[in-house]
Amino acid sequence: MLCQICGKNPATVHFTEIHDNKMSELHVCERCAEEKGLHSEPAKQKFDIAAVFADVMNSMTTTEEERVGHVQCPRCGLLYSAFKETGRLGCAECYSAFQFQLRPLLRRIHGDTRHKGKTPARDGEVVSIARQVQRLYDELQRAVEREEFERAAEVRDEIKRLEEQEKAPRAGVERSK
Amino acid sequence: MSDTARRFEEVLNRPSPWLDGAGPQSDLVVSTRIRLARNLSGVPFTHRAREEQLQGVVASVSSAASSTNAFRESFLLRMNEVGPLDRQILVERHLVSHELGDGARPRGILLGPEERLSLMINEEDHLRLQAMASGFQLAGAWAVADKADDELADALDFAFSEEMGYLTSCPTNTGTGMRASVLVHLPALVLLQEIHKVLKSVMQVGLNVRGLYGEHSDVMGNLFQVSNQTTLGQSERESIESLDRVARQVMETEVRARERLVRDARIQTEDKVWRAYGLLRYCRAVSAQEVINLCSAVRLGISLGMPGLAPLRVINELLVLTQPAHLQRTFGGELTPAERNVYRAQLVRERLAAAEGTGA
Repeated sequence: MLCQICGKNPATVHFTEIHDNKMSELHVCERCAEEKGLHSEPAKQKFDIAAVFADVMNSMTTTEEERVGHVQCPRCGLLYSAFKETGRLGCAECYSAFQFQLRPLLRRIHGDTRHKGKTPARDGEVVSIARQVQRLYDELQRAVEREEFERAAEVRDEIKRLEEQEKAPRAGVERSK
Repeated sequence: MSDTARRFEEVLNRPSPWLDGAGPQSDLVVSTRIRLARNLSGVPFTHRAREEQLQGVVASVSSAASSTNAFRESFLLRMNEVGPLDRQILVERHLVSHELGDGARPRGILLGPEERLSLMINEEDHLRLQAMASGFQLAGAWAVADKADDELADALDFAFSEEMGYLTSCPTNTGTGMRASVLVHLPALVLLQEIHKVLKSVMQVGLNVRGLYGEHSDVMGNLFQVSNQTTLGQSERESIESLDRVARQVMETEVRARERLVRDARIQTEDKVWRAYGLLRYCRAVSAQEVINLCSAVRLGISLGMPGLAPLRVINELLVLTQPAHLQRTFGGELTPAERNVYRAQLVRERLAAAEGTGA
């Protein structure tokens, strides 16, 4: 059998995908599999989000759709229309920015919109060094964005100090740094 | 050699422990996996973040992880410092996704001892925590992942909303961010052509079924990955319990099918198993696909208690060791597909011979 993509080389990589009770098969050569990012490992667990979008959007008029497409996340600047294309949100804030559009989508995907699982176990009393460091990285980022370079330098030094403090008791042991 | 390089070398030199065939119900389930997706609250999701933001994520996540018990013994591999062949090896071992394996952006993986626990950094989500276990161990794998997640949450601000749970890059993971899956081996249901009915009923209860690579007749070495589909509206425990319940039903159906095979077609079944074993034991060139299909038959024979076959561990390990990157590493260099087939045959013969205690 020849590769179903290039039609030249023998097909040596075979995929079978079962989705919505339908089985589809693809037979390709190794080169095309590599080029197309196909991999003989079940990493392709992507829900067919395009179909879900199509469903949700079908219930809208063109003007409605256009208006919704222009909704933008105030933090990361992602447009809803871009999300629709890629199926990926830009940041945590997108969930608030697109909440009216997201709810029906989440319901379509999960049959529900409310989280019933665990909540992050937050240590209220002691803020660990790691979390301080993470917050400082965020601050560093913001300082650089606002071109406040003096502040950025201060924050950077503070990160350095904390990271050294964190490392100090374990000197000589290289692990997960 | 640095400590990291030495420890990576150790990982590469031994087969993945979750293939040891020693876990509960290993005759039916190869492995169990729990994956949790998490993001840091202040940083855009990986695909929208800038290089320096991603570097910050690698720094703060690995720093946070180093203070946890779960990752005390682990080490960080930065994808841009790992060669393409070694990256591919990590993919073949199910430690790294294809997406993370490209190595172009600041990405990394924290690898725990025995590959039981790992943490991909800057994959589709900032954190992808993964617990792997041999055989059917949903509760055990969940306990490991849950504990590690708690420890990480203690040190990191995860993007989380009371209403929608953990906020992930893709809305298919929103909520628990959890994907629990079991890799089940269902050769008898395939042989008796009852597999489609079974898979259909599994999908009807909202679970997802995917295979490994496969061909028309003998689908993907008869290995099926069953996992939860939804992450909202169900707690982690509920998702796991429902997967556990359905997986047990599927396993029970497979066991009954195996009993029927032995009762109604013992000779044909034994013949199929031993022919497969013979091919593996004496072949001189073999594709990865063929190895997987032949191993499936041998696996069935082992499960039926047929004496004289290789231990389950040896057969499980072949699934990964005969993959292209593993082969090329074992035989030291880049190989064409045709060459690989020859070396693959050699590797399979040698490992089976070693298990028999005779020369190849």
